Amino acid sequence: MSGTDRDGSLTRGGFVRSPRILVTSLALLAMIASACAPGATVAPSASPAPSTALASAPATPASASPSESAAAATPTCGTAPVVLNAYFETGFDIPFKLSAEFTKQFPNVTWNISQDQFSNLMTSTPRLLAGDNPPDLIRLPTMVSLVKDNLLKNLDGYVTAFGWDKWPAAQLAQNRVAADGTRGSGSLYAAGLNYSLTGVFYNKKEAAQIGMTQPPATVAEFEALLAKAKAAKLQPIMAWNASASGGGLAFPLQQLMAAYGPTQPINDWIFQKAGATIDTPTNLTAAQHLQQWIAAGYFNKDTNATEYTDANARFGKGEGVFMFNGDWQDAAYDTAAPGNIGFFVFPSATAGGPVAAMSSPLTYGIAAKAKNADCAAFFLNWVATNPTGRQVDVTVGGSNPGGSTDLAIPPAAAGSIINDTLAAGGPVAKSNGAMDFIANATGTIFAKGWTPELQKMVGGKETPEGLLKAVQAEYRTELAQ
Amino acid sequence: MDDSVLLRVGHRVPAASRLRTSRWRGVRSPHLVGWLFVVPALAMYAAFVLLPLALTVQYSLYRWDGIGPSQWVGLKNYATVLTDPDLVGVILNAFKLIFFFSLIPVGLGLVVASVMQRVARGRFGTVTRTVLFLPQIIPLVAAGIAWKWVLSTSGVVNQVLSAVGLDGVTRAWLGDFDFALPAVGIIGAWVLIGLCTILLLTGMSKIDPALYESARLDGAGAVQEFRSITLPSLRQEIGVCITVTVIAALASFDIVYIATGGGPGLATTVPGLDIYQLAFAGRSVGLASALAVVLFILVLVCVLPIQRLARGDET
Repeated sequence: MSGTDRDGSLTRGGFVRSPRILVTSLALLAMIASACAPGATVAPSASPAPSTALASAPATPASASPSESAAAATPTCGTAPVVLNAYFETGFDIPFKLSAEFTKQFPNVTWNISQDQFSNLMTSTPRLLAGDNPPDLIRLPTMVSLVKDNLLKNLDGYVTAFGWDKWPAAQLAQNRVAADGTRGSGSLYAAGLNYSLTGVFYNKKEAAQIGMTQPPATVAEFEALLAKAKAAKLQPIMAWNASASGGGLAFPLQQLMAAYGPTQPINDWIFQKAGATIDTPTNLTAAQHLQQWIAAGYFNKDTNATEYTDANARFGKGEGVFMFNGDWQDAAYDTAAPGNIGFFVFPSATAGGPVAAMSSPLTYGIAAKAKNADCAAFFLNWVATNPTGRQVDVTVGGSNPGGSTDLAIPPAAAGSIINDTLAAGGPVAKSNGAMDFIANATGTIFAKGWTPELQKMVGGKETPEGLLKAVQAEYRTELAQ
Repeated sequence: MDDSVLLRVGHRVPAASRLRTSRWRGVRSPHLVGWLFVVPALAMYAAFVLLPLALTVQYSLYRWDGIGPSQWVGLKNYATVLTDPDLVGVILNAFKLIFFFSLIPVGLGLVVASVMQRVARGRFGTVTRTVLFLPQIIPLVAAGIAWKWVLSTSGVVNQVLSAVGLDGVTRAWLGDFDFALPAVGIIGAWVLIGLCTILLLTGMSKIDPALYESARLDGAGAVQEFRSITLPSLRQEIGVCITVTVIAALASFDIVYIATGGGPGLATTVPGLDIYQLAFAGRSVGLASALAVVLFILVLVCVLPIQRLARGDET
C-alpha cells in the first residue's frame, strides 16, 4: 500500500483533539484522498475512462501469447525443469493426486502447491491473481469479475491448439465469458478437472423398507415415496440449510425447477443474460412443491441449523431415506455406509420426460500473468485426455472426467456409488439437462438471496411467490451494483 | 475511546510538567516533550486505525471491486445502503443485541461483583474471578463453535430440557427464528460478563471502606449501601463497561458469523456481517465501506452520550 506519506502527515499533524474534530478532519482527509482513487491504476473523479485506466496493467488480455505458441506447435511443458505454482482447494484430494501423477509422467515438472478453504479462496483469489507471484493454476470460485479485471488468461488459443473445440460444447460453456460480462458464451477462461453431477442419494435399506424397488420415474412417484417414508416414521429427506454452509434446500428447489420447466432459462439467469428472470410460472410450481415438502415435514426439523458436513454425517449413519447432493460426496458415502447408498437422477414431472442435473466443472484457471501458462494448459489437457489422469478423476473425484466423447469413461471400483453417478450422466447429457447452480449466479446471491429466503420458507415466513420475487429483486440489485 | 485517552495524555502531561520545566526552558518545550511521549502510540494508532478509517471513507465514495479500476460515484453508495429495505431490520438486530451484550453483563456483573466484594475474598475470590474471566481469553471462534454444539438439536441444552421432561421445548436454537438472536446474545453475554465483573470489582476496591462503615452505623442495609455508595462510586467503571459492550453489540461480527452466519433468514444478521459479505463475497468494496462508515457513525452517536453521562461533572 502506498500510504506512508498520508500516514506521516497524520502523525506529524497531531490534530486529534475531540471526536467531533476527528470526524470532520477525517472527512477533510477523505476529500483530499479522493483525489487519488483506490484501485491499481485509476483516473480520479469525473473521468471514469475504464479503458485508459487499464493502460498500465500488464496488457496480457485476449489471446496474445497462447495463440502465438499454438500456431508454432502444441504447447507443452518442455524438457527444462518447470515449477508450477498452484493453488488448490483444501479438503479435495483430486488436484493433489493428479499433480503427483503428472510429475510421475513428466519428471521435469514439479509443483509449488498452496491450499486454502473454498470460502477463503473466494476472498483471496483476486489478490493472488493480481499479486507478484501469480499462480499458474488456481481453483476458481467465480470468474466474471476476474475476467473483467483482466486477471485470468484467455484460453481460446489453447482451445484450438489442443482441439478442445471438438469436445461437447456444453462442457466448456460454463467457463466462457462474453465481452458483456455474461457467462455461457464468449472466450474460454478456465477448464474443469472434472464435471460433477447432482441428484438424489438414497439409503438402500430404508428405501426397500418403504417399498422402493426402482428409482421414481416422476416427481409424483418421488413424492409418494416421501409420504411413505414419513408414514413409516423415517426421516424422508436429510438436508442442510444453515447459513454457514448456505441454503442446501436450493438443491431440491433447482431439481424441481428443471423437472417442471426447461433448463435454458435457468442457465440464462445464472449466466446473467439480459432480461433473465427466476420468477417464472414453472419455477413457481417448483417452489410450491418445495413448500409442500416443508409443510409435510419431509425435511429434518433442524434443517435451518444443520450444516453440510453434519447433514452428510447423519445421512451416512442412516438418518434420512433421501438426500439431495452431488457426486463429489461419493467417496465419503462409500466409506460411511459401504454398499448401502445409491443414487438416481431427479425424475421429470412426466414419465419419460427430460431429466436434468446441476453439473459444473471443477474449475481451474490460469493467471493472466502466469509464468508457465503453456505448461499449466498442457496439464489441463492431460487431465482430460490421459488414461491415468482420467482414472484418477473417476476413482478419487467420483466425477466424469469430461474431454472428448470418443474417450471411454474409466471404470470405478465394483459396488461403489461412483458407478451409479457416472451412469446417471448419460440420460442427463441425452436430454441436454446440465445446469449450473442457481447459487452461482452472482457473488452474493446465495448468501443474501437464496439462503435467507429458503430459511424463511422453512420457518413458515415466506411464500413460494415471495421467495422467487425476493431473490429476483436481490439479483437485480446486485447486478446494478 | 482510545482517542480520548490520547487526548488526556496530550493535555495533562504538558500541564503537569509545565511548572517544573517552564522556568528554564521556555514555553514551547513542555508541549514538545509531551508529544514525544505520545508519538509512538500515536504513530501506531494513525497507521492502523486512522489511516484505514480515512481509506474507508475514501473507498465509500467509489464503485470499486477491490482490484480493478474504480469509479467515482459520490454519495451514491450511501443512498444505496440507506435505502436498502433490509437495513432497518439489520440495525435493529444490533440494537437488540445491546440488551444481551450490555445490560446483562453490566447488570449481572454489578450483582456478582458486589457479592464477591462482600463474601468472596481470599482464595475463593481469586478462583471465581479467574473462572469468570476465562471467556475473555478463549478465542471467540472456538467459543462460538463450542456454543454451537451446546445449542444444537442434540446439544447439552436440549439434553437437559429432555431430562426434565421438557421435550416439547427442545429445538435447534440457532436455527429458530424466535430464539436465534437471544441465543447469540447469550453467547455474547457469556463472553462479556467476566470483563465487566472484573472492571467493576476493581472499581469497588477503590471505594473507601469508611463510607460503608458510616452507612452501616446509620443503619443502612446491603441494598441501600449498594444504591447510595457502590453505584454512584462506580459511575466511571460502569461507563467504561457500557461503552465497551455497546460497541461490541453494535459492531458485532465474530460471534454471529460463527454461530449462525446471520440466519435463519435475516434473524441474526448484523451490519458487520453485511459489510463482510458486501466486501468479500460481493466484492462491492465501495458499498461495504459506505455501510462501515454508517455503522461507525451509529456507534459514535450511541457511545458519545454514554461517555458524557459517565464522566458527568468530571469534565
